Amino acid sequence: MEKILMKGNEALAEAAVRAGCRMYFGYPITPQTEISEYLSLRLPQVGGVFLQAETEVAAINMVYGASATGMRVMTSSSGPGISLKQEGLSALAIAELPCVVVNMVRGGPGVGNIQPAQSDYFQAVKGGGHGDYKVIVLAPSSVQELVDFTYRAFYLADKYCNPVIILGDGMLAQMMEPVIFAEPDFPPLPPKDWIIQGKGRGERKFIVCFALDPQKLEELNLKLQRKYRLMEEQETDFEVLGEDDAELLLVGFGTVGRILKTVVREGKKEGIKCALFRPITLFPFPYGQLKEEARRVGRVLVVEMNLGQMVEDVRLAVEGIVPVFFHGRTGGMIPKVEEILEKARQILRNEVYHESRF
Amino acid sequence: MRVVFERPRTLIKKPFTYCPGCHHGLAQRLIAEVIDELDIGAVTIGVGPIGCSVYIYEFLNVDFVVGGHGRAQAVATGIKRALPDRVVFSYQGDGDIGAIGTAEAIHVANRGELITSFFINNAVFGMTGGQMAPTTLLGQKTKTSPLGRDAKVHGFPLRLAEMLKVAEGSAYIARVALTQPHLIKQARECIKKAFLAQIEKKGFSLVEILSPCPTNWGMTPEDAVKWLEEKMIPYFQLGEIKVKEGDFNGAS
Repeated sequence: MEKILMKGNEALAEAAVRAGCRMYFGYPITPQTEISEYLSLRLPQVGGVFLQAETEVAAINMVYGASATGMRVMTSSSGPGISLKQEGLSALAIAELPCVVVNMVRGGPGVGNIQPAQSDYFQAVKGGGHGDYKVIVLAPSSVQELVDFTYRAFYLADKYCNPVIILGDGMLAQMMEPVIFAEPDFPPLPPKDWIIQGKGRGERKFIVCFALDPQKLEELNLKLQRKYRLMEEQETDFEVLGEDDAELLLVGFGTVGRILKTVVREGKKEGIKCALFRPITLFPFPYGQLKEEARRVGRVLVVEMNLGQMVEDVRLAVEGIVPVFFHGRTGGMIPKVEEILEKARQILRNEVYHESRF
Repeated sequence: MRVVFERPRTLIKKPFTYCPGCHHGLAQRLIAEVIDELDIGAVTIGVGPIGCSVYIYEFLNVDFVVGGHGRAQAVATGIKRALPDRVVFSYQGDGDIGAIGTAEAIHVANRGELITSFFINNAVFGMTGGQMAPTTLLGQKTKTSPLGRDAKVHGFPLRLAEMLKVAEGSAYIARVALTQPHLIKQARECIKKAFLAQIEKKGFSLVEILSPCPTNWGMTPEDAVKWLEEKMIPYFQLGEIKVKEGDFNGAS
């Protein structure tokens, strides 16, 4: 299959079209605007709809309406815009409506800046909106994974009738890499018998984002939780890399996961034996698998482009059985291979006594 | 024997749960009558708001989608763009469309979105217990304007229908009240014209329906009707505010 050199945002947008996405609603924000630009031309070519919304809030609610009709639909944004979409995400989750939301994360908090960051881990994984809901979160680390995970995101959204977030960052969004567009290949999905199209000659249907009776809302919430447990059983994904005799387990997702691969390789040259654990699904998080790896290796260093978010889940996973160290850069600064290696050297020489945060 | 009056097919057979003297039931019945007359029940999708208006989905026998507070017109946009041959309407209160959903209201009108919005204006937030709405009249006492609405503090009552008139994409805008038989008859005609503006792809359409809220106004239903006629109508004048003739003007 032919390899094409493409920018991350454009590759993702093309993958969405190939995954059957026919509707997109969005609002411009750097560093993801090329997704909108690409789809504004591409979607009409395949009979789809591109609409630039007046606000991020309107965009996610247009997604809500389109999803209710059974269409594959997507929106994309970055940090501050995703914050505004949280109201809609919470509504989509309780209404059990599928959709794909792309977040090319930039520096925060507030307007922050437009450089790459991973400061949206909490708002993606812990549910930035209110209530006991979860969205599936996929963390790609290359332009090829942006393509493959976009296919997967549309499939999972429909499989679970749930929003799926693709959590990239400004680096993945803006860089160019060769990609292959394979045909999306997933098991068949059940027919969407819940969609709203006008009742025709049948019984009317409705989709709402509330249950005013407390008993009914509890039942609905418990039903959602059973769905989330099923996601944990069936969809948890991660990558493990490195030697069996590793002494330090590096943990990082997305762009950092990719940098850590170089750290493993460079470390080996000077006898620093590292392994890599890269969570691919951030929800469901690979707690059990990470615990096993951590127990096997003995010490853990979490690296993030934030000041310590996923590290909390790593510590939950490890349950205190081994020390967990942290190295984070923020504000759009990218952790360098050498600075991570230096941290690794210090840990292995027992020079870092605290489970330091920075 | 000839049937001269019956329950509209589109009105589900169960008692309205609105407060005594509220006109939501009347407004929803009229919408149901027009849906029957135009024979569009099979292809109509309603979009509910948050607030007292939301209960419409329990009473009208058409497909319904309800999203968040103020988002009905964005949700309706998503539905209409997915299914351009369906009839899509939103039904919203003054808080929903005139406060938290103002951006959506202006932009559906400006895009000429081919949806119809029904806007129940009762000059208060009803469901939350009678707080000041954007449409609360000057001097009107509410739970959050206990000394009366003061323009210096709270600004002026919002005439949303007139605002949307200037949007190029709006095709039909009217304001009606349901306090007298002849007004009800006019309202029914306006509701029909609004649906037709959508069906004939002329552009966005809106009917603002003034309604009493005796519970939150602290009045008897009878006094509330009187207050609506004496206080609200002079400020929120009834009639067709915009009737755009001619060619297709709406978004595709």
